[in-house]
Amino acid sequence: MAIKTEPFILNMGPQHPSTHGVFRMRVTLDGEVIVGLEPIIGYLHRGIEKLAEGRTYIQNMPFTDRLDYVTSMTNNLAYAMAVEKLAGIKVPERAEYFRVVIAEMMRISSHLMGVGFFLNDLGAMMTPVLYMWREREKVVDLFEMLCGQRLTYNYMRFGGVSQDVPEEFWPALKRFVAEMPKFIDEYEQLLSLNEILLARTKGVGILPSDMAVNIGASGPVLRASGVKWDLRRADPYSIYDRFDFDVPVGSVGDCYDRYMVKIEEMRQSVRILEQAIAQFPAKGELCANVPLLLRPPVGEVYGRIEAPKGELGFYLVSDNSIAPYRFHVRTPELINLTALREMTIGWKVADLIIIFGSIDICMGEIDR
Amino acid sequence: MEIDRYKIDLAEAERIEKLMKKSQRPIPDPDDWLEEELKRNILLTTVDYVVDWARSRSTFPLMFGLACCAFEMIGTAASRFDVTRYGMDIFRWSPRQADLMICAGTLTWKMAPAVRMIYDQMPEPKWVIAMGACAVSGGTFRESYSVVPGINRIVPVDVYIPGCPPRPEGLIYGINKIQQKILKDSIKNYQ
Amino acid sequence: MTVALKGEDVAKKLGEVFPGAVVASDKVAIVVDSQSLYKVAEYLKNTAGFEFDYLANLAAVDYVDYFEVVYHLTSLKNNHSLVLKTRCYGREKLIVPSVYSLWRTADYQEREAFDLMGITFTGHPNLKRLFLWEGFEGHPLRRDYL
Repeated sequence: MAIKTEPFILNMGPQHPSTHGVFRMRVTLDGEVIVGLEPIIGYLHRGIEKLAEGRTYIQNMPFTDRLDYVTSMTNNLAYAMAVEKLAGIKVPERAEYFRVVIAEMMRISSHLMGVGFFLNDLGAMMTPVLYMWREREKVVDLFEMLCGQRLTYNYMRFGGVSQDVPEEFWPALKRFVAEMPKFIDEYEQLLSLNEILLARTKGVGILPSDMAVNIGASGPVLRASGVKWDLRRADPYSIYDRFDFDVPVGSVGDCYDRYMVKIEEMRQSVRILEQAIAQFPAKGELCANVPLLLRPPVGEVYGRIEAPKGELGFYLVSDNSIAPYRFHVRTPELINLTALREMTIGWKVADLIIIFGSIDICMGEIDR
Repeated sequence: MEIDRYKIDLAEAERIEKLMKKSQRPIPDPDDWLEEELKRNILLTTVDYVVDWARSRSTFPLMFGLACCAFEMIGTAASRFDVTRYGMDIFRWSPRQADLMICAGTLTWKMAPAVRMIYDQMPEPKWVIAMGACAVSGGTFRESYSVVPGINRIVPVDVYIPGCPPRPEGLIYGINKIQQKILKDSIKNYQ
Repeated sequence: MTVALKGEDVAKKLGEVFPGAVVASDKVAIVVDSQSLYKVAEYLKNTAGFEFDYLANLAAVDYVDYFEVVYHLTSLKNNHSLVLKTRCYGREKLIVPSVYSLWRTADYQEREAFDLMGITFTGHPNLKRLFLWEGFEGHPLRRDYL
């Protein structure tokens, strides 16, 4: 008599050690091999888009902090740039340099977290996280000197930034930039040629480049699949065309490539920081003169920047009143998650955790 | 297979709607320990003190970070603001092995049945800390259509820590408060 | 630098191939009739000179008389971009053809528009609510909710 088997549905529920937030998956298994996967989201849906229609433009700035809470200032920057494009506000030089320095420090901090939690999923319990957290505390201390907060900053304003830095900021920043390459070398020495990392991530979870473009992936996920598309080069915003940096690209699109792209991007961010500090203007205005109850002209805008996780865009529709008519956020991680099913079919449950960790999501942004 | 999945989704929706109807008023805070001094029995005092002292210095916290406050919770557990010195060495993932639930972040109605299920799975004695403005009262998202205005609608809360997000020093102060509360507990409550 | 194509030029070219499809156009965007949306999108994706292979953003807006679905298209090869829009009139029975088979990006974004605005996309393989639970009454992002 032949033995009959049935596929088994496993629920990896919203509270789980290796989900990066409240994310739920219904996985269909045949033994231990995955044959189907269905992500279920919405456990952190707070209704930001609806709440934003009832508040003025500047009151929506703290909401953007809570979108991708690992990289809060970058969200602030994207929103400020979108409103400046809509209302035609020009930003002074010194504020532009501040914005570049902050954006690159935020990129370093986000990639540190991405790599640290990826290694946590691989099984190196909390050790890499604590190493990366040591550097993140330095970045967070610099931000605390800047605006007093550690996680949700609310520092950008329309037309510039909100306040100046104290005296002790510059020596601390220069020390951080001088020491960072040594720490990145330390991580590479410990991790990049590690046997377990290579065996578990090379060739796992491949995303081919034509599928990556078709699903609209962006950021390290797209660049690891071999497509050289970085908004800082292709569509330069702010003053990025004055700096000299490379765009790292992977070859195959597996988990190891996504990890290497993040490490390389950290090095390039340090390069941009060195150039920005050298060119920083000593005196200048910090913010253009913008009314508190801003009334942009009737129209719409789609403003996008290269956030650490991908292309972050704000689609704003204005009808000349003090609140936006429509506030829509194009978040990179919801779109990067589209191909999770294709990347994991045929692998086992342990590989699913690694593939999911290498995409590096943050639920605040996906659910909004 | 398709029919099974749809039924699971409908069952989940029913659980959410039932919990929404039941949670229209907040659960009262368990604060009758404040009058404990007057009612304490002399014979059990030393045993109580030793047991409470041991319990408060070795709580096992449950990692329940939902949103941004989770990052400050991990920061408190990291090497700079060490939380191991208060006895909370390992953050447990399974509710059956934990006794302190630190609920950090915004709670939505879709997630609420899961929180209640996890709270029910924890063995007695158990305590709950509400960390962050969103857990205390709904925070900035209070008027939204899908946010629970404070987790004390779903589980009884012992310590509230305000802040958006509270600094690691704030979380450590809250942990000190809950240790003081556990010290005033009595083993005759759990017989 | 990504060049934003002028709406009027693209409307003229499309008017030769699909007469009557383009309803309006201005400096930035072209508005297309909802029945011919799929054909126009396929033409914009596959023709040399346009080659829009990347759908950056899909959003739905509720102007009280009509609903508008906005597509922001980008071409990675030629480095230019375009805004494509379509409208559906009325408050009930809003039907727009889905572009899932052209750009898979539309998978979650169309489900979000269905969940929060109530627009039905025909041809989508799995049109279910994304953020809210089954049986939630109403569509929260509409202007007349609450």
